[in-house]
This record gives sequence, C-alpha cells and structure tokens, in this order.
Amino acid sequence: MSVDAATVRRIAHLARIAVAECEVEHLKDEINAMLAFVEQLQEVDVAGVEPMTSVTPMAMKKRHDTVTAGDDAEAVLSNAPATEDHYFLVPKVIE
Amino acid sequence: MSELTSLSLAHARDGLAKKDFSAVELADAHLLAIEKARALNAFVLETPERALAMAKASDARIAAGKAGALEGIPLAIKDMFCTEGVRTSACSKILENFVPTYDSTVTSQLWRDGAVLLGKTNNDEFAMGSSNETSYCGTVTSPWRRKGSNVAITPGGSSGGSAAAVAAHLCLGATGTDTGGSIRQPAAFTGTVGIKPTYGRVSRWGIVAFASSLDQAGPFARTVRDSAILLRSMAGHDPKDTTCVDSPVPDYEKSLGKSVKGLRIGIPKEYRLDGMPAEIEKIWEQGRAWLTAAGAELVEVSLPHTKYALPAYYIVAPAEASSNLARYDGVRYGLRVPGRDITDMYEQTRAAGFGAEVRRRIMIGTYVLSAGYYDAYYLRAQQVRTLIKRDFEECFKAGVHAMLTPATPSAAFGVGEKGKADPVEMYLNDVFTVTVNMAGLPGIAVPAGLDSQGLPLGLQLIGRPFDEETLFSAAHVIEQAAGHFKAHPWW
Repeated sequence: MSVDAATVRRIAHLARIAVAECEVEHLKDEINAMLAFVEQLQEVDVAGVEPMTSVTPMAMKKRHDTVTAGDDAEAVLSNAPATEDHYFLVPKVIE
Repeated sequence: MSELTSLSLAHARDGLAKKDFSAVELADAHLLAIEKARALNAFVLETPERALAMAKASDARIAAGKAGALEGIPLAIKDMFCTEGVRTSACSKILENFVPTYDSTVTSQLWRDGAVLLGKTNNDEFAMGSSNETSYCGTVTSPWRRKGSNVAITPGGSSGGSAAAVAAHLCLGATGTDTGGSIRQPAAFTGTVGIKPTYGRVSRWGIVAFASSLDQAGPFARTVRDSAILLRSMAGHDPKDTTCVDSPVPDYEKSLGKSVKGLRIGIPKEYRLDGMPAEIEKIWEQGRAWLTAAGAELVEVSLPHTKYALPAYYIVAPAEASSNLARYDGVRYGLRVPGRDITDMYEQTRAAGFGAEVRRRIMIGTYVLSAGYYDAYYLRAQQVRTLIKRDFEECFKAGVHAMLTPATPSAAFGVGEKGKADPVEMYLNDVFTVTVNMAGLPGIAVPAGLDSQGLPLGLQLIGRPFDEETLFSAAHVIEQAAGHFKAHPWW
C-alpha cells in the first residue's frame, strides 16, 4: 500500500498539522518508505492470533473513587498560553 | 577529572556514609565537571542552585543519621521526566517553556531516597530517535572518539544526554526512558550500563508519554552495581499508573556476585544478521565464552518472529504516539501559534512546535489508525506482537533463564552519518532491542569491549518478566570479565 499527495494532505489535517504544499511530495516519499518497510508484516500468518492488548498479564488495580487532587486552578493554568479568570482562552469556536 | 567524579555511585555512597567528604563537595565536583563539558551538550538545563540546596539538606540528614538509600548522590535526569519547578521540555519546541507543577513518580522516589538533581539531560525530541539528532536543543556529542580522529560521534539515543553525562563522569547516574532501545543502545554506544526493566516495574506517571504500551524508565550508570542501586529506588508500585505492578521491589544489589552456575542462557539464532560486522559477532562469542566459563549453560534458541519486531514497532509506536501527542494543542500548556480559527491554531501550533521526525511519526500513526487501514496495519501489528511475545515465552517455558545478544548491530556512528536519505536506516539501530519492548521483557546492556577503532561495544541480556535479578547477576559476570571502559577527556 502507498499514499498519494491527496492522502498526505488528508492525514495532515486529521493529525492537525499544517503542511505547506511544497512539503507534500517529500512527506509522501517518507511515508511511503515507511509503509514499504512495514509491508513485510503481510507475510506473517496471523490467522486466529489474538491481538495484544496488555503486555503484562495482570489484573488492573483500581483505586478508590475518591477525590485525590483538585481545587488548584492556579497550578492547572500555570503553563497555559492564554487564560482569564481561571479559564483557558481559545479563539472563538461558535460559527 | 577530580577524585570525587571518578568514584562509582556505590563508592560515593560509602564515602558519604563514612563522612570522607560531604554531599555539597560531591555536588560541587560534578557541577564543575558539567560546566567544563558544555561542548558535549549533554545537559539542556543545569540546576546548580537546586543541586547545592539538595546536597546541603543531604548533609544535614547524614549528620542526623537519617540518610536515605541515595543520600547525597548527584544524578542527571532525562528531560522526559517532569520535575517540579524545573523546566521539562522533552527537548521539543512545543514544550520549550513548560514548568511542571509536580514531579514524576520516578524522580519523586529518587528525591525521597536523598538523591541530588544536577540538571536535565538532552534527548531526541519526545524520545523519538536513535542518535539524539532530533532534539530541539541540538545534538549531543559522545565523550568517545574514534582512535586518532576528532570526528563527533553520537552517544546514541534517545537518552543520549544521560548516556554521555554518565560516560563523561558528569554525574554518578542518570535516568532514561526506553521505548524501542533508548536506554540500551546509548548505553552500548557509550560504554555504560543501562537497564530497561520489565513493563510495569517502574511507574510511567509524570514521564512525557511517547508510546504507552512500550515506554519504561530505567537507570544509566557506570557499573552494574550502581544500576542495581538506582533501579531499586526507581521501581515500585504507584497507584497513579494502573499498569505499574503491585509487587515488592527486590534488593537488586544482592544479585551481584550470585553464581550463574546452572543458568540456561539462550542464544537466539535469528540475531545473527546478514552483513553484521565481524566485531559484533566476535564480542557476542566472547560474551558466550565468559558466561560458559562462569558455569552457565548456553543453548541455541529460536525466536522466529524476530525480523517482524521492527516493522510491527513502527506501526504500534507511531500509532500510540499520534494519540498521546494529540494533547499538544496550544490550549492548556506549551506553544501556541495564532491561527484564523481554532482548527488553524491547532494546525499552525503543531506544525511549528513539532520537529520533522515527530511530525512524520504522528502522521504515520494517524494513517495506520484511520478508518479503512486499522485492521491492515494496527490490528495486524498487535497480532504480530502476540507472536513475538509467544516466541520468548516458549523459550522460557523450555527452561531458558535469560538470553544473550549483541546490544546494537554496530558501534556508535558519527553525527550526521545515518538516516539522512532513508529514515529506516536509523531505525535499524534498534533491531536487537525493540523485540524486548514489544514483549514487555527486561533487558540490560553491559559494556563488553572496544572495537578496532576504540569505540565501546555492548552485550544485551534479556530476562523473564520481573526477573531483573538474573540480569544483574549475569551482567555482573560479564562486567568482571570485560572490565570497565573509559573515554579519554578531550572536552
């Protein structure tokens, strides 16, 4: 399988990464080199093989459903690029 | 190099306990060494004030008879670990100004035991790379050079800064993370010891996430004993990471000196690659001879799906990365680049904030997870992963206690020498280490010798799940036979 320029643009948009038109060709080649490399997996017989979901056989330990942290808006917002009154600020999203 | 920076971690620990020198003196000696070694670019942030304050507190605890297991030991921390109040960037532009308000579980346990923070070390951006060349903070130069050459050599990656800092005696130990070989490959390239513990042995909480089903943290040190001491402090159950196991942490140091007599060590025949340098084959053979001489029984084993580990990894790891890195959206933390609307803001932020390698991996991950391709790529890769793990399980079931392999397919290469035309060339560095992450097993890289150009070569031991102790015992046997290897300061 390989990707074309339109697919590269579609993936970039899905990944929310702006890609300049002049980068598309180069990215296409790189992605296709990777896809060619992983192509060999097609020759493995995986019929009836369970896909791995957990590498360590263990029962997931759950904690009690209680409040362990919170009420610290200053800390939560301390690295935000734009804030106001304990809110994250984003550009207007209502059409 | 001063007397204090030439000590092993274990010797420094003993010297501090006997009050031969103070933690402040020890920190000072290392801070001076770091300052003189800036040409290596091993550190992306030096924290001398914090180091001296922590060392002073250590001296007080030692005086009060309340010393912890790592009291006063100066360490370097890979920039993937969150450190409270100390910038943590993952060596990415997108986190350039990120100052965590908390410590990772690993670092908080190191501080709990009395360790001292010297600074944050360089790594490939988001730990994606094998040469430290994808770092936004610039590449790291290894303290090692080829004989009679001043060409800059890579310390490997992604934990290149930690490996270089330990090899250059800038710290007594360092932390690393290993998703496909990022501890073991740089350890092998720099003549240091690096262990990736079993998946779940060490908490991942507070470590910048790359591929969550593969990431594990582990230590770098100059001796097997020092790495055993460090792992004991790093490991242990953490309720904040549900994949972290709740089982007691052994005193790994006690594994050293334990006989390997009767241990069955597997030699996987699939690790004999076509075109592998003769020196790698030779060091592997040397390792087999050392273990045999120490009484281990060597058996040839087969791991038939070995060749599929790297391609499967390059589906699973980018897929998980694309999901993990979706959080960098310019809203809650990190870089924001304004855009026409919110989508454009996301796209501009991520295009400007991520480097080329990270962007490429996110896009591949997005593609293999996208509708219509999920089964062909991601699902199949996870099935292959089951087969890779099964190969190991069958060997262990047949009575094999550990396996011996080369750590890397070559010695360290020069900065800029690899991966320019084809990214896959760089990825092949991890061919011997990546299987271990895919199967969730523990693996240790231990220095075994130098090649004809004078660069270090390492051997890898792969263990059964949660049997790091056997790895320390066997690695110690190799270390005693091989000796220690030291880069000659040129910086």
